[in-house]
Amino acid sequence: MAVEVESGAFVEKARAALGDATLQHALKHIKHGFVEARANAAARLPDFEAMRDRARDVKAHTIAHLADYLEQFEANVTGLGGQVHWARDADEARAIVLAICRNAGARTVTKSKSMVTEEIELNPYLEEHGIEPIETDLGEYIIQLRKEKPSHIIAPVIHLSKDQVADTFHEHHPKHGFHERLTVRSDMVREARSILRQRFVKADVGITGANFLVAETGSAVVVTNEGNADLTASLPDTHIVVTGIEKLVPTLDDCHLMLRLLPRSATGQDITAYISFFTGPKRTADLSGSSSFHVVLLDNGRSNMMGTEFEEMLRCIRCGACLNHCPVYANIGGHAYGSVYPGPMGAVLTPSLAGIDKAGHLPNASSFCGRCEAVCPVRIPLPRMMRHWREREFEQHLTPRGARWGLHAWAVIAASPTVYRAM
Amino acid sequence: MQTKPQAALFVTCLVDLMRPQVGFASAALIEAAGFEVVAPRWQTCCGQPNYNSGDRRAARSMAERTISVLEPYSHVVVPSGSCAGMIKVHYPSLFDEADALFGKARALADRTEELTVFLARHGYTPSVPLQATRVAYHDSCSGLRELGIHDQPRSLLRKLPGLKLLELSEPEVCCGFGGTFCVKYPDVSGRMVENKTADIAATGADTVAMGDVGCLLNIEGKLRREGRDIRACHVAELLAGTLEKSSER
Repeated sequence: MAVEVESGAFVEKARAALGDATLQHALKHIKHGFVEARANAAARLPDFEAMRDRARDVKAHTIAHLADYLEQFEANVTGLGGQVHWARDADEARAIVLAICRNAGARTVTKSKSMVTEEIELNPYLEEHGIEPIETDLGEYIIQLRKEKPSHIIAPVIHLSKDQVADTFHEHHPKHGFHERLTVRSDMVREARSILRQRFVKADVGITGANFLVAETGSAVVVTNEGNADLTASLPDTHIVVTGIEKLVPTLDDCHLMLRLLPRSATGQDITAYISFFTGPKRTADLSGSSSFHVVLLDNGRSNMMGTEFEEMLRCIRCGACLNHCPVYANIGGHAYGSVYPGPMGAVLTPSLAGIDKAGHLPNASSFCGRCEAVCPVRIPLPRMMRHWREREFEQHLTPRGARWGLHAWAVIAASPTVYRAM
Repeated sequence: MQTKPQAALFVTCLVDLMRPQVGFASAALIEAAGFEVVAPRWQTCCGQPNYNSGDRRAARSMAERTISVLEPYSHVVVPSGSCAGMIKVHYPSLFDEADALFGKARALADRTEELTVFLARHGYTPSVPLQATRVAYHDSCSGLRELGIHDQPRSLLRKLPGLKLLELSEPEVCCGFGGTFCVKYPDVSGRMVENKTADIAATGADTVAMGDVGCLLNIEGKLRREGRDIRACHVAELLAGTLEKSSER
């Protein structure tokens, strides 16, 4: 199975989003919470622009030599006593995860935030097979309760108001002994945390994503502000990292560079509250940690992008800056896109993973204002690649007939000044 | 007697078809900057609508035409950040490096300047009657991000004595025009321009000036539909002092 996309109804969903007062209010957070915060963070670091150049070059180099670095990474993980699993597509990835869970006799698994597991729709699959997945990132936990999909790649509940979250907790928490509808943010967090603590302790397997994979050490690196990745990875006996092959960087120094850019670009933080390096299973002398360490590396269309005009998309570090600075995303939110990857990065990545025939609206729903490229920490030319998708559509006759005819007519008129003058 | 250097005005199809006054104002400004203005007769559209819609082949042939029409001129001036960006940034990418047209595209890109960049570089100082006192400036996305146009139009406007230049709260945000974008996604585009006109109104401006007729048509239309008493104009119209004529249409 490729990536599931429902972008056909983009126009209708966008219209509904524009008329949704609660959503519109929630989206206002983007300007102060993300856009201004990023600008301030960038201004505080004089070297920021030069670091972006270096990050672009590091990722470009890595992608150009991806096979070598993947081999190095695998050798290091294996040497440490861990195991690397290669998944060509979502089906393979899910089957691998299920097999590891079954091997561990798992009934419940905790998960820290992972867009790749959203991409492969791991949760419904585990449920179908009798394993209960529990999202432990607060935002992911909320949308899991609400049976929704994330609307942003780093802020999954950016579309929700505090009141909606209060209602959600009030509906789902009585079974854990919490009957009061809380409305103070810190109280709500405390309640969710006390429930999640129990789930952490009881989980049989922990699944995390990875922000970066370090080839020279075999480490999977995860950043969070809640510390939930550490509990997810360390408390159960089995830790599975599920991530994409493009997350690799060659060295710890390279990783450090990325770690300086990621939070600044994403939330405007100089550093996240937690940065965790998971390097193999626990050693004999370690007091905690999982004794079984697995890394599932997903391709799912990524390697097909190499050598094409979309290769540069593989540099993406999933910071979400392009979403936050996109005037289309900022006005309609993520759900209208009908893809786990919304906004500019999703407009380029989704057709690469799912096919342009299924994701046609995404690269078209852009005014090419270029702000996404202007803030991308690894300088991905997003508008150019959206244009390339439009070219592919045009070549495959997927462009709507009216527009096609209009463009042809205009080209004919422009080629003939006498006709043009007569207009 | 020394002859004036020649500069070709690439009018752009939007100016030509929707707001020819901007073309005349631009010509007057280029002339006032010390150049003889030529508007090559056979120019049409730079090809951007086709280019951005994925019709690369048509865009390339339109670029070929434009390159050949503008071949004889050592200076090409464009009263649009977006069309100047098309020529300067995108034309070379339409041709293989081995193609002779690539070199010609590169050469044209080097000879081409957006109007305010051209005027600022030649130290142009307007001496025209003031037609607006509180002026907000709207940056077009292509001008700002493809060509780095930011200070030039502002410094030119500041040379008009008595003019107070106002800044939007979100000058980097798109107005929602986006060429065919506003036709394909009118709802989203409509919200974007609504946000923009609200931002403009909040500055207390009586006039909003900009360097692109695409944004201008979009913003002007919205201001009018909202019944706001704010004029929208091309920066050339203010600098050339021809705004009243434009408003009397």
